[in-house]
Amino acid sequence: MSTFHNVVVVGGGGAGLRAAIAVAEANPRLTVAVVSKVYPMRSHTVSAEGGAAAVAGPDDSLEEHLYDTISGGDWLVDQDAAEAFVQEAPRELLRLEHWGCPWSRQRDGRIAVRAFGGMKKKRTWFAADKTGFHMLHTLFQTTLSNPDVVRYDEWFVTSLLVDDGQVYGVVAIELATGRVETVIANAVILCTGGCGRVFPFTTNANIKTGDGMALAYRAGAPLKDMEFVQYHPTGLPFTGILITEAARAEGGWLLNKDGYRYLQDYDLGTPTPHPVLRSMELGPRDRLSQAFVHEHDKGRTTDTPYGPIVHLDLRHLGAEVIDAKLPFVRELCSKYENIDPVKELIPVRPVVHYMMGGVHTDIHGATSLTGLYAAGEVACVSINGANRLGSNSLPECLVFGARAGQAAAEFVTSTRTAPGAAVYAQARDAQRLLEREFARHAEGSHIGGRERIADIRTEMQTAMENGAGIYRDGESLAKAADRLRDLRERFGRATVDDRSRTFNTEAVALLELSFMLDVAESIVVSALHRGESRGAHQRTDFPGRDDERFLAHSLVRRTPDGGGLVDYMPVKITQWPPGERVYGR
Amino acid sequence: MADTITMQVARYRPGQEAEPVFQSYDVPLRKEWAVLDGLNHIKDHVDGTLSYRWSCRMGICGSCGMTVNGSPVLSCATFLTDYAPGPVRVEPLRNFPVVRDLVVDIGDFMAKLPSVKPWLIRDDEPPEGEYLQTPDELDDYKKFSMCINCMLCYSACPVYALDPAFVGPAAIALAQRYNLDSRDEGAADRRDVLSSAEGVWACTFVGECSTACPKGVDPAGAIQRYKLTAATHALKDFLLPRGAR
Amino acid sequence: MTYVKPISTLWWLRRPSYFLFALRELSSVFVAWFVVYLLMLVSAISAGPEAYHRFLDWSTGRVLVLNVVALLFVLLHAVTWFNLAPRAMVVPHVPPVVVLVLHYLLWLGLSAALAWVVLR
Ligand SMILES: Cc1cc2nc3c(=O)[nH]c(=O)nc-3n(C[C@H](O)[C@H](O)[C@H](O)COP(=O)(O)OP(=O)(O)OC[C@H]3O[C@@H](n4cnc5c(N)ncnc54)[C@H](O)[C@@H]3O)c2cc1C
Ligand code: SF4
Ligand code: FES
Repeated sequence: MSTFHNVVVVGGGGAGLRAAIAVAEANPRLTVAVVSKVYPMRSHTVSAEGGAAAVAGPDDSLEEHLYDTISGGDWLVDQDAAEAFVQEAPRELLRLEHWGCPWSRQRDGRIAVRAFGGMKKKRTWFAADKTGFHMLHTLFQTTLSNPDVVRYDEWFVTSLLVDDGQVYGVVAIELATGRVETVIANAVILCTGGCGRVFPFTTNANIKTGDGMALAYRAGAPLKDMEFVQYHPTGLPFTGILITEAARAEGGWLLNKDGYRYLQDYDLGTPTPHPVLRSMELGPRDRLSQAFVHEHDKGRTTDTPYGPIVHLDLRHLGAEVIDAKLPFVRELCSKYENIDPVKELIPVRPVVHYMMGGVHTDIHGATSLTGLYAAGEVACVSINGANRLGSNSLPECLVFGARAGQAAAEFVTSTRTAPGAAVYAQARDAQRLLEREFARHAEGSHIGGRERIADIRTEMQTAMENGAGIYRDGESLAKAADRLRDLRERFGRATVDDRSRTFNTEAVALLELSFMLDVAESIVVSALHRGESRGAHQRTDFPGRDDERFLAHSLVRRTPDGGGLVDYMPVKITQWPPGERVYGR
Repeated sequence: MADTITMQVARYRPGQEAEPVFQSYDVPLRKEWAVLDGLNHIKDHVDGTLSYRWSCRMGICGSCGMTVNGSPVLSCATFLTDYAPGPVRVEPLRNFPVVRDLVVDIGDFMAKLPSVKPWLIRDDEPPEGEYLQTPDELDDYKKFSMCINCMLCYSACPVYALDPAFVGPAAIALAQRYNLDSRDEGAADRRDVLSSAEGVWACTFVGECSTACPKGVDPAGAIQRYKLTAATHALKDFLLPRGAR
Repeated sequence: MTYVKPISTLWWLRRPSYFLFALRELSSVFVAWFVVYLLMLVSAISAGPEAYHRFLDWSTGRVLVLNVVALLFVLLHAVTWFNLAPRAMVVPHVPPVVVLVLHYLLWLGLSAALAWVVLR
C-alpha cells in the first residue's frame, strides 16, 4: 500500500518536529508527514539534559558565540554555516518559549542562562537539567495543535525511493502489523539522529543506530567527517548514563584517584574554587576525554568492574544548588549508582556521546541528492567541525530543522516533479524484497552455521572501541576495518527466530545492525584516511594538526561493492583563519 | 546472593496464543541490573523472539512501562535485586490492549491527548522577546510539566479500567500544566472536555495514579484541583447573569 | 489483533486503595438512603407530633443499624474529600497540612455547634 505526502520527515526528535512545523508554516497547502520508529516524544532528544546555547544577554555577542564554536571545532567548521547558526539560534529558542517551553528563569522573569564547556560567556538556556525533555515535549505538543502534520508513529523506514538521482519517498514497516508500506513524496527530510550505538559504551539510547546515515549513504549521498566521534568525559560506569556538563558548569570538579584536579596538568588552566569559563572543568569535551586517557596511562584512575573511572565532585555545591539546578543528576545517581552527590563522589568515565559527522548538507539542509534533506544529528552542516561544543546541538536541531523544512517546502512548491513509473515499481517491489530478505534470515544459512544478531553487534562495538576510540592509529583502524569486513560476511548468516509479523523487534534489530555496519565502516575508513590529529580525531601516529593537508572535510561515498571511497572538500572560512585552540590561558 | 533469578515473562503472539502465557527464563542477578537488563539478556542470548519497547534506559523516554510483580513500573528504573530471590513476574501494562508480549496499544491515549489541547493558547501575537515568567510562576505548573507519557498512571487507575472513555490522569495533568502556566490563556477552551462526565468528574480519588507515577507529576492532585475550578465555574454560571461572568 | 484482558471479578481486592474505591462506589446507595430518610423525617415532622413519634419508633432496630452503616459510609466519603482538599485547594505559601487541619477544625466546630443546638 502506498500513501502520498508532499514532504516526508523521517524522525520525530527535535530536528524532525521542528522541520515538520516549518514545512506546514511555509506553505499551508502542503501535506507533511512525520514517520518515526518510536512515538515522537520517545525520541532521543528527550534525554538531553544540560541546555541549548544562544546569545541572550547584553554582555554577549554573536561574534563570541561564533568564535567559541569555530575554535571548539578545531577550525573544521564551515564559518558561513556557523554564522547562520549563531544568528538564528536565539530566535529559535525564543519561539520555543512562545510555544510554552518551561525555560528556567531569573528572578525578574527573564530567561536564565548558564555556563557550558568551551563557551566564553554564559549563554546556555536550560530547563533545569531536563532541557531536551522539555524542548521535545513542547515541540510535540505544539505539533498536536497543527492538523496539517500527519504522524506515522512506530513506522520503521527501511529504504529511500530513488529514481535518477532524485528521492521520492520512503519504504517503511508499520511495526504493529508488520505491513510494508511506502510513503511517496516530493521531498524527504532525514532527521533520524545519531549513531552512538555503534560503540559499546554510550550515552545514546537504543534507537540511535545511525539509520538515516545509512539510508542516505546507500542511496548515494556522501557522509561527511565521519571520523569525528565525540566522547563525553562524564558518563556513569556500566549504564553509560550521562552526567551533564551542567554539573561542571555549576562548579563540579574532576578528581583523580588521589583527589587531585588533574586537568591542570593538561594545559587547561589552573584550579580555582569557582568555575572559570573556558578553563579546567569547563574546557571542551575532546580535551577532557583525552586527559582521562593520560591519567589512566599514568595509573591515576580507579579500577572498577566496569572499567577505570575518575570522580566528579559536587559535594561543595550543597543540596540547595543541586536540587535547584541539577535535580535529575541527583535522581540518576541515586537510582543507578545508589549514591547521593550531595554527600558522595560520582564515579565517571568518558563515554561515546555524539556524532559530529553525518549526511553532507549545505546550509539549507540540502544533501547531494535532489529532494533529499537532512537536519539534526544525522546531518553534517559543519557547524560542529572536529568537536561539538556542549549545548550547540539542541539549537542546531531547531535552526537547521527549520531551514531544511523551509527549503524542502520551497523545493516542492516550485518544482513539483511527479514521481515516475520507476518509483511506483520500486514501491511495489519493496514488500517482496524485504520479505525475501527476512525469509533468508529466518531460514538461517546451512553453510557456516547460525549467527546471533547480538553477537555480531557486540563484536562490532568492541572492534570500534578498540580500533576507533579516543586515540587511534593506522594499525588499530586497519584491524577494525578487517573485523568489520568479517562481521559483514557473518551478518549474511544472522538468523531471525521471530516469524511473527506483529511488532517484530528482532527484525528491527537485524535492520538496525545492517545500518550500523555501514556506519561503522564509514567511520573507520574516514579515520584511516585522515593522517592528522584534530579535535576528537586523535591519531597517535600523526599527533599534530596538519592544516596543510587536512583543513578539509572528508566525504565518504559508497562504492558498488559496499566499500567506502574517501575524498575531501575545503572548509569554508569567512573571518577566522585557523589558530591555536587556547583554554585556561 | 544467588547468582541467578527467574523471570516469568508474559508471552502473547497473536495467531499463536489465544491469550498470554508465562514463560520462565533464568537470568544473571547482578547488583546493577534493572528488570530491563534482564529482558535484554533474554532477547540477546536466550530467546530473540521476546518483544518489548525500550529506548533511553534512563527513565525519561517513557517507553518501558510494564507490570512487574503486579505493579506498574518503568522496567529500566526498577532493579532485579529488589525482587530477589524471585521469581520476577513481568507482564504488559494493565488496562491497555496487548499487541504482542509486553507491547501494549496506547493509541487511545494518543487520540485523547489533543482533545485537552495541551499546547500554549494565546490570541495575541507573541512579544519581541520572551513572555516574562517568574520562578514562582514557573513553580505553579512545573510538577505537571514533568510527565513522560509512560502510561503507568492509566495502568494503575481502576476508573480507566471500568470506563475507557475517561480522559485519564496524564492527559488531565497536561491540560492543567497549561491552565496553570502564567503565559497561557486557553483555560476556557479546555473547560468542556475537562469538566465533562468523562473528565475530572469520572475520578473518585483512588490516588493510585500519583502513587504509580515515576516522575512525581501527581495527576490525582491535578484532577482534584480542576474539580474545584470546574465547580467554581459551574457555580458562577448558575448564579451570575451572562454578561457578568 | 490485540488481546484485551478481561477484568477479574475480584480485582477490587488487589489493593487497599481499590477496595476503598469499590466501597465509595457502593456508598452511593447508602447516601441515597440517607437522603430518603431525611425526606421522610421532614414529612413526618410536617404531619404533626403523632406522625413524628411514629417515625421515631420506626427508626429503631433494623433501621437504626442501617443508619449506622450509612453514617460510616458518609464518613468515608467525608474523610476522603477532606483528605484531598489540600490537593484541590493550592494556596500559595500555605503548607498543605494547614489547609487540611483547618478543614477538620471547621468540621469539628460545625458538628459541635449542631450538637449544642440539638442536645441543649
Ligand atoms: C544523554 C544526552 C544528553 C545530551 N545533552 C545535550 C545538551 O544538553 N545540549 C545539547 O545541545 N545537546 C545535547 N545532546 C545532543 C542532542 O540531544 C542530540 O544531538 C539531539 O537531540 C539529536 O536530535 P535529533 O532530532 O537529530 O534526533 P533524535 O532526537 O535522536 O530523533 C531521531 C528520530 O528519528 C527517528 N528514526 C531514527 N531511525 C528511524 C528509522 N529507521 N525509521 C523511522 N524513524 C527513525 C526516531 O524515531 C526519532 O524520532 C545530548 C545527547 C545525549 C545522548
Ligand atoms: S502522569 Fe506520571 S505516570 Fe502518568 S504518564 Fe505522566 S509520568 Fe507517567
Ligand atoms: S527505557 Fe526510557 S523510560 Fe525506560
